[in-house]
Amino acid sequence: MKRRHFLKSMTALGSTTLLATQSHGDIRYLGPPARTMGTRSIHEQLEKTLYGQMQTHALTPLQDLHGIITPSELHFERHHSGIPDISPEQHHLYIHGLVNKPLKLSLQDLKRFPSVSRTCFIECAGNCQDYFKKGPQTPLQQIAGMTSQSEWTGVKLATLLRETGLRKNAKWLLAEGGDAALVTRSIPVDKAMDDAIIAYAQNGEAIRPEQGYPLRLLLPGWEGSSCVKWIRRLEVGDQPWMTREETAKYTDPLKDGTIRQFSFIMDTRSVITTPTFPSQLEKGWHEIRGLAWSGRGKIKRVEVSTDGGGHWQPARLQEPVLSMAHTRFNIPWQWNGKETLLLSRATDENGYVQPTASELIHARGIGSLRYHNNGIMGWRVKSDGSVLYEIVA
Amino acid sequence: MPAKLFRTVRQTSGLFILMNALLCPAQTLAQNERQAHEHPESFGLGTSPSNSELAAMDTAIRPDGKGLPDGQGSAKEGQSIYESKCQQCHGPKGEGGINDKLVGTLPEGDFPFAEKGAPKKTIGNYWPYATTLFDYIRRTMPYTLPGSLTNDETYSLTAYLLYLNKLIPQDKVLNAQSLPEITMPAQHRFKNDNRTQTDKIL
Repeated sequence: MKRRHFLKSMTALGSTTLLATQSHGDIRYLGPPARTMGTRSIHEQLEKTLYGQMQTHALTPLQDLHGIITPSELHFERHHSGIPDISPEQHHLYIHGLVNKPLKLSLQDLKRFPSVSRTCFIECAGNCQDYFKKGPQTPLQQIAGMTSQSEWTGVKLATLLRETGLRKNAKWLLAEGGDAALVTRSIPVDKAMDDAIIAYAQNGEAIRPEQGYPLRLLLPGWEGSSCVKWIRRLEVGDQPWMTREETAKYTDPLKDGTIRQFSFIMDTRSVITTPTFPSQLEKGWHEIRGLAWSGRGKIKRVEVSTDGGGHWQPARLQEPVLSMAHTRFNIPWQWNGKETLLLSRATDENGYVQPTASELIHARGIGSLRYHNNGIMGWRVKSDGSVLYEIVA
Repeated sequence: MPAKLFRTVRQTSGLFILMNALLCPAQTLAQNERQAHEHPESFGLGTSPSNSELAAMDTAIRPDGKGLPDGQGSAKEGQSIYESKCQQCHGPKGEGGINDKLVGTLPEGDFPFAEKGAPKKTIGNYWPYATTLFDYIRRTMPYTLPGSLTNDETYSLTAYLLYLNKLIPQDKVLNAQSLPEITMPAQHRFKNDNRTQTDKIL
């Protein structure tokens, strides 16, 4: 491919170049000067995939990325009423309700508090909702592209709640976004006091508009919809508000006839990122690569099977292995040209082993897998070298 | 945290420690470090929001009715509002539109949502609280112009959708008192996530 590009550009430059090359050997041409803003190489065509009736989703191309950080502009999107255009001077965070001292904080105020940074994933509870619907020719992005990872910077919510004080009966917070939908979620005070962050930066710069500019609630390890974007208000109360996003949506109907509510934590998952559709393999050595993460802590182990689950081999976990964070795994593999099925299975530091989708169906019922489907994913390698998505259930 | 920082300083700067051992006891250094990284009682940042500022934003409704405004409405008024502002997305009478199906009921005791080919979740068969309907409609609808509905219109639309779901009669007037009194069919099914076994969480 590169060679072809090279030859093409040589041809385009014409005979002058050829003459010059003949006479001086290796003439090089001055490149453009420094620019105020860098751009991706024109040879790289990375894009999110748009999804949803009202175009309310955009999915991260996990299969094309390396390491553990998602470039900010490729972080998946999920919003309910579009991306608001918020002026940072006009935006404030209000904290009120069962507090001793209500507060109105500007962006400048928030930046003066002690800052913290944390690298962690945000994953939509509905990631892999199409696990059973997609055909073989589906890129990983279209099934599992609603997870992304950034380094988030901001102020610990506990620092702010220490300023306002909490009344004795404070049990829940209502987090409200400043988008057209004014999205609301009820958040337990324990999480707010533990590791929640009011983030103003993502990967070293201000949060992207579609990710919540200028402020986002970050709840490490918890479902994306609870990490309320464009956050403008936190009301402290003694009970949950039972908003639409925690009753009609983001709840899990179970086989026993109950509905599991406030299932915030994202369970342990791994995905092979390469080889996946539309990879085309040749016989010989390859590296199987992927990502694994758990909303309950660090990844302890990832195993890969190259024979459809007959044997499992431990993959190498690439540093850093962070709590509640995408962790890169890889393992060398020599493909012998025969058809096979590739699988990956993650275990977290609590000993939780990523289940198969059939185990999940057995425990909960298939209808519950609209959200929180962390079942093992499969990639079928055909003898012609093509790689196809396969439902493992 | 301050103690940990102190250790790091001690490990990385022998000279620093030596000087401090001569000039002041190590404990004083630890105290200084601690003081430097501990929060003051208050950072004194931010301002006190006014009551009117908070009241303007604080529109959330709880299941017990806290937050419900004055005003009222019934399905009779709601129908015409629905037809002009909601029907194009949600279909006539709450179904058959391009967006969420709003109307649908199940026989008592029937709850097939964990099964294959489950019906669509609707207000009538899934939503646990009628108050959520008021909150969500006023907060987020109509999709292209949220915030444009009056409280009376919101009560009326809430009533119309509950009426279509066979939960209230057509002439039932909803207001801050009567709305929280409605018990939704699926309410008793909602349970907090109580999974505690961390090694086997399904």
